[in-house]
Amino acid sequence: MTRLRNFHAARWDEPLILDKGTPGERGYIPPAVDAGIAAAVPNPGSLIPEEMRRSEPPRLPELAQPQVLRHFLRLSQMTLGCHVTPDASLGTCTMKYSPQVNEHLTRMPEMSDLHPLQDDATTQGMLKIIYDFERMLCEISGMDAFTFQPAGGSTAIFINACIIRAYHRDRGELEQRNEIISTAFSHPIDCAAPSVAGFRVITLMPGPNGYPDLDALKAVVSERTAGLMMTNPEDTGIFNPYVKEFTRIVHEAGGLCAYDQANANGILGMTRARDTGFDLCQFNLHKTFSVPHGSTGGSCGAGGCTAELAKYLPSPMVVFDGERYSWDYDRPDSVGKSRSFHGNLQAVLRSYAWVMAHGAEGLRAVAETAVLNNNYLKSMLEEIPGIDILYDSPGHRLQEVRYSWQPLLDETGVNTEDVRRRITDFGLQGYFTSHHPVIVPEPMTLEPSESWSKSDLEEYGAALTQIDQEARTDPEFVKSSPHASSVHRIHEEAIDSPDQWAMTWRGWKRKYGEERVHSA
Amino acid sequence: MTDTFVHPYIPNTGPAARQAMLDAIGVGSAEELYDAIPASLRLNRPLNLPEPILSERDLKRHVAGLLAQNTPVTGALSFLGGGCWQHDIPAVCDEINGRAEFLTAYGGDTYADMGKYQAMFEFQSMIGELVGMEMVSAPVYDWSAALTSALMMASRITGRKRTLVTGSLSNEKWSHLNNTGGPWLDPERLAVNPQTGLIDLDDLRARISSDVSAVYVEVPSYFGVVEHRMAEIGRIAHDAGALLVVGVDAISLGVLAAPADYGADIVVGEAQALGVHMLYSGGLCGFIASRDEAKFVAEYPYLMVSIAPGRTEGEWGFGWAAMERTSYDLREAAPDYTGTTQWLWGITAAVYLSLLGPQGLREVGEGILQRSHYAMQQLDALPGVKAPVYDAPHFKEFIVNFDGTGSTVAAINKRLLDKGIFGGHDLSAEFPDLGQSALYCVTEVHTQSDIDRLVAAIAEVTA
Repeated sequence: MTRLRNFHAARWDEPLILDKGTPGERGYIPPAVDAGIAAAVPNPGSLIPEEMRRSEPPRLPELAQPQVLRHFLRLSQMTLGCHVTPDASLGTCTMKYSPQVNEHLTRMPEMSDLHPLQDDATTQGMLKIIYDFERMLCEISGMDAFTFQPAGGSTAIFINACIIRAYHRDRGELEQRNEIISTAFSHPIDCAAPSVAGFRVITLMPGPNGYPDLDALKAVVSERTAGLMMTNPEDTGIFNPYVKEFTRIVHEAGGLCAYDQANANGILGMTRARDTGFDLCQFNLHKTFSVPHGSTGGSCGAGGCTAELAKYLPSPMVVFDGERYSWDYDRPDSVGKSRSFHGNLQAVLRSYAWVMAHGAEGLRAVAETAVLNNNYLKSMLEEIPGIDILYDSPGHRLQEVRYSWQPLLDETGVNTEDVRRRITDFGLQGYFTSHHPVIVPEPMTLEPSESWSKSDLEEYGAALTQIDQEARTDPEFVKSSPHASSVHRIHEEAIDSPDQWAMTWRGWKRKYGEERVHSA
Repeated sequence: MTDTFVHPYIPNTGPAARQAMLDAIGVGSAEELYDAIPASLRLNRPLNLPEPILSERDLKRHVAGLLAQNTPVTGALSFLGGGCWQHDIPAVCDEINGRAEFLTAYGGDTYADMGKYQAMFEFQSMIGELVGMEMVSAPVYDWSAALTSALMMASRITGRKRTLVTGSLSNEKWSHLNNTGGPWLDPERLAVNPQTGLIDLDDLRARISSDVSAVYVEVPSYFGVVEHRMAEIGRIAHDAGALLVVGVDAISLGVLAAPADYGADIVVGEAQALGVHMLYSGGLCGFIASRDEAKFVAEYPYLMVSIAPGRTEGEWGFGWAAMERTSYDLREAAPDYTGTTQWLWGITAAVYLSLLGPQGLREVGEGILQRSHYAMQQLDALPGVKAPVYDAPHFKEFIVNFDGTGSTVAAINKRLLDKGIFGGHDLSAEFPDLGQSALYCVTEVHTQSDIDRLVAAIAEVTA
């Protein structure tokens, strides 16, 4: 019998730092200006024309250093990072262990204090790491080239859409080919990115197996098709076995195919984008390749493509002439910048070290264990009466499952948002429900990556089992949760109301009044 | 997978747990779990990757050995800027962004990640204080992305496509704007006065019309120039029904006016200078700010953290505000996109601003003004060297012209590098009209002897 822990989150009741402190206090003294400089430039204020001078100082906190450190340490304690809790909760996000040694390497000045424009002769080590990691991703995906400039998966997918646009423009077919096909269980960005790039988007809906069938694709493919942008396995964890037929049909119609590999953790070394017929792909290094998510970044969307399309990748790219590595800025066909300079290369450094620590056999162990963990958790959750698993697809789910709490809602009135709040009372991260559109009702998407142990998963399953039972005996207790979190339930509706939302302290004071600020 | 391969990062590679899990699932091996993938799509060979380095000591030695081939700015004397800057970083900043809780959190809500949200709300709030605005986004990828998204917002708000941007925009930003904004904007570059580096107001007046969505100006500009006629530029834009969009380097706002005070409608900028390492450009962190008006908020593509009252007296929490405007909800109806951005650096910037306070931020700004002007004075005294090129107020960065020395920037920088000095960024390809010019950046990290060393080295290599 798995023991459920008697958890309570840190609850520091910590005021906003803008509302703390005493006038005249400070936590840092800038380097003093040397006497010779002060003598030569005595009055810095006069260097700025009066109309551009700061008239009133910004209302920043005035605190000594121990108080600032303590404040942010307390805030960190009220945050469930995945080093603190086995985060099987955030399905589609691939929360996994980020090795500490990689963090130490990243924080060496030889990485952290590099300027993006310094001479290539002074960054040979980092350039070699980028170059070698590009070769590794080419082997893992079957592609011929990768860019690491996109600072997130979304940007990499957007760049893939831009490359599809450039390809058809160069062939004089862009006006005709203005449609991108995607699937409903692909990430929303697979529809948003091509739309922002100027395409019309067609979304295929899932059939009874959870994925769209070939006829659905054939019905929308035409001379207007510019490309296919989809993920596989999809958000359901179901692998579309007809994916190679999909890419063949789109190719025959003259389109390109871009594989969203944000969900790649279960298929590393098992199946490859290029072998499946894709021309483009991207990996989210903050997911599959262990880069810590940083509370929502910085991350890296590594964008890969075939040799034919490589000329379109953003500038610059790392090249090697046999002796030295350098940034190549001479890329006239490039689609342009996806971000300033080179992107989040600290993510590349971490991912390089992570792959080096695994090798081929290790990556296979990652994929197999992620899939094993997912199916083990699924076998436990199948026993919970309030949970349903949609789609009767043949074969096993891969790295994640989108579950449904619809039976629990029908039987008890407790919905997935209630369960999601309640699970934090067990020291577990609130889970991801679903991307839009919400097709699986009352959704819960769990992805127990390779980093979580058998007993971690049993604890997770036991917590959900307990919540299911609570919903049947005391539904109000679940609905009024959380009870052991850093905060009780809030007025969630306020964040969507223009009269009530506030993105800043000054906005909050205006809408709620000084008194409310101080009582809060 | 072999039974003996137990990896230190991967539990359940131990044989006992593994077998128990396979039994519970009812399969004989992990391989059977891949029955959903057709055999024809399976890779039937091991990946061709380097042999794994399983010992942490060996891995560290290997990677650190490669990194040792780099020379960081802290191991040299650098005057590089241009959108990514070397500043002093308080130890508390690194301590907080190294905290495992912040480092490894992601998409949880206020009930799991209350502290993450509060830190982010404090970042937004402090940026709001700097720029004088009530509406601030969570971090954007960088200043380029913030600029492009803000100009696309302005286009949707005004229903116009023509966009006038400063002629001193960097190629980095111009390329981003044209690629991402391509289908939606018609950007034009405003002329820059060749003597002052300021916006050519005659050119602005000639181009502005009722089809212009926004006028975009940076304070300071890519050239370090402080445009001081912002109120007038704002009036010209507003008279035509266009928005004034202003780009800022956040660390300047202890000494420079809040953009809201001179009429900005949308403010974008870069927060990397606020306590974040450069990380070869991985430290960039953009933001967007505006007034709290529903028609503006509806057009923000990025996540925004809102505070919300608690249902328990005296409590409050947070959430992602108005998600229905983002690409997560809109899919193909989204006019712009978002995703995982740079939150860890936003949290770091909040720590930095909390440490400095109003007094510290002013002192940093003043120190940068004094040091950079001292450097300009000293460099300008060298034969054949002109610094700054533009007769205008400057902050932190300035252009040095070497035409009078007969040397190219490339040749000068090569010889400076031999002396352990990273000279300013060569502008001769990016802005050919400026001749042999380089963009120099001087911050609070530079001492008088650093600057004197640079000046002596340039005197020597151009003699």
